[in-house]
Amino acid sequence: MELCSFLTLDSFITDPLTHDFMRKALVMSSLVAAVCGFLSSYLTLKGWALMGDAVSHSVMPGVVVAYALGLPFSLGAFIFGVGSVALIGFVKQKSRVKEDTVIGLVFTGFFALGIVLVSKIKSNIDLHSILFGSPLGISLSDVKQTIFISLLVVILLSTFRKDLMLYCFDPRHAKTVGINVSFLHYLLLTCLSLAAVVGLQSVGIILVVAMLITPGATAYLLTDKFDNMTIISVLSAIISSLIGIYISFWFDLETGGSIVLAQTFIFLFAFLFAPRYGIFKLKKFFAGYK
Amino acid sequence: METINYQNFRIEAENICVDYNGKVALYDANLRLKPGQICGLVGMNGAGKTTFFNALTGFVNISKGKIRINGESVRSAQKDQTIAYVPQNEGIDSQFPINVWDVVMMGRYGSMNIFRCPRESDVQAVKDAIERVDLTDHLSTPIGNLSGGQRKRTFLARAIAQRASILLLDEPFSGVDIRTEKLISELFIQFKNEGKTILLSTHDMIHVREFCDLVLLINKTVVAYGETSEVFTPENITTTFGGISPDFLFGPES
Repeated sequence: MELCSFLTLDSFITDPLTHDFMRKALVMSSLVAAVCGFLSSYLTLKGWALMGDAVSHSVMPGVVVAYALGLPFSLGAFIFGVGSVALIGFVKQKSRVKEDTVIGLVFTGFFALGIVLVSKIKSNIDLHSILFGSPLGISLSDVKQTIFISLLVVILLSTFRKDLMLYCFDPRHAKTVGINVSFLHYLLLTCLSLAAVVGLQSVGIILVVAMLITPGATAYLLTDKFDNMTIISVLSAIISSLIGIYISFWFDLETGGSIVLAQTFIFLFAFLFAPRYGIFKLKKFFAGYK
Repeated sequence: METINYQNFRIEAENICVDYNGKVALYDANLRLKPGQICGLVGMNGAGKTTFFNALTGFVNISKGKIRINGESVRSAQKDQTIAYVPQNEGIDSQFPINVWDVVMMGRYGSMNIFRCPRESDVQAVKDAIERVDLTDHLSTPIGNLSGGQRKRTFLARAIAQRASILLLDEPFSGVDIRTEKLISELFIQFKNEGKTILLSTHDMIHVREFCDLVLLINKTVVAYGETSEVFTPENITTTFGGISPDFLFGPES
């Protein structure tokens, strides 16, 4: 309670900035959020939410093995992320089991493997920070990796922005006019794995899927133009990150959870009040008063 | 402008088979079409109409047989944008955040650079195509706000903008208004005069009689193929639809 008595809006925003770890957390989480938000508009339109969940959980053993071997954790995570997708594709093709079942089966298997490995490999792995993220305790080498991966994903997505949109919208047409559809498929999966890798630092493995679908879903309710959807998605992801970190700083809450909750609240707001697609259809409401 | 040799075949499919993980969807199917011909593809649901289209566009691989498009492989037909596919209205996500202009521009993607930056000529092609389907007033309308007929015309415009010489149309007349139907039939005559080849699937027998020079009746394989006047007989139709009498399909007066 003492906290609130001297808190003004100004100091609410500036005080945390005096801490080095907070500045770093705010910048890195915004970057990660922007990358995930960018990808998010493709994943929501393609209907890959479950795929996002699968990939992000499957990177768990990769992170553990990489830490144990002293390799960059993003490398291990990426290998297992892509591996899980390949395995899902393989099992689906070779058995009569339905796709969503296969996805659920594979990623829980990987996730369990990761947990078992953590308990076996006695090292300084902090299970809590893998599962729930630790944006406040991000190390210098993690910063470098995150910046590198984020730039890579942004460059890939920007270069193939329109092709990926066409791939999500009408893959048959893409194929018909000679565009390499399987390349785009694996490109999107690669970006998904990479985004999951950077995202798990902010919010952790369990919640990273929220970073990959919520901003896109929010934006989808607010616009009918794909480019605007991408912009809104990125902005809402960044804003949620900033809000989440501030809230967690002042009220001593789990940071990853706070970021995702902020995203969920922004989605709820759009769900209720989006001009055209919200429950209350504000556009019609105001039009009635003209 | 390409010079059209009306004697060469646009589409040659020889004994093609398609199976999905061992399940046969189409076998020993043959089709030959020349420039300026309109062919109706008639069959029940699941008879392999869409599979046939998918094989011609290269969206699925054939397990046997040969396909030649303008004398070349399917792969080079894709590179040359030779074939345009106009999907059924149900086949597309109408809630996708995209407007008419951007959909039609997708017809030009295949011939653009890697970033898909429209050139002057692409913009002009899209403008012209949209004008031909009479949607100039709807350039920036999201496809979700269009009627079924307008949406169908949008995808037709995409095929026009692509400047394809072969058009594959999946149920072009289903769920469209009278105005769109009239416009599509006028366009068909123009396409024919331009030497384009059209293959369309339909459930509506009256449309086959009205537009199609040729008809291909299929039920997993070709039941009958030839001039509409000769092939489109009650007996053949009954065979195609697994024994249902044409009276039931046409109504008693025909």
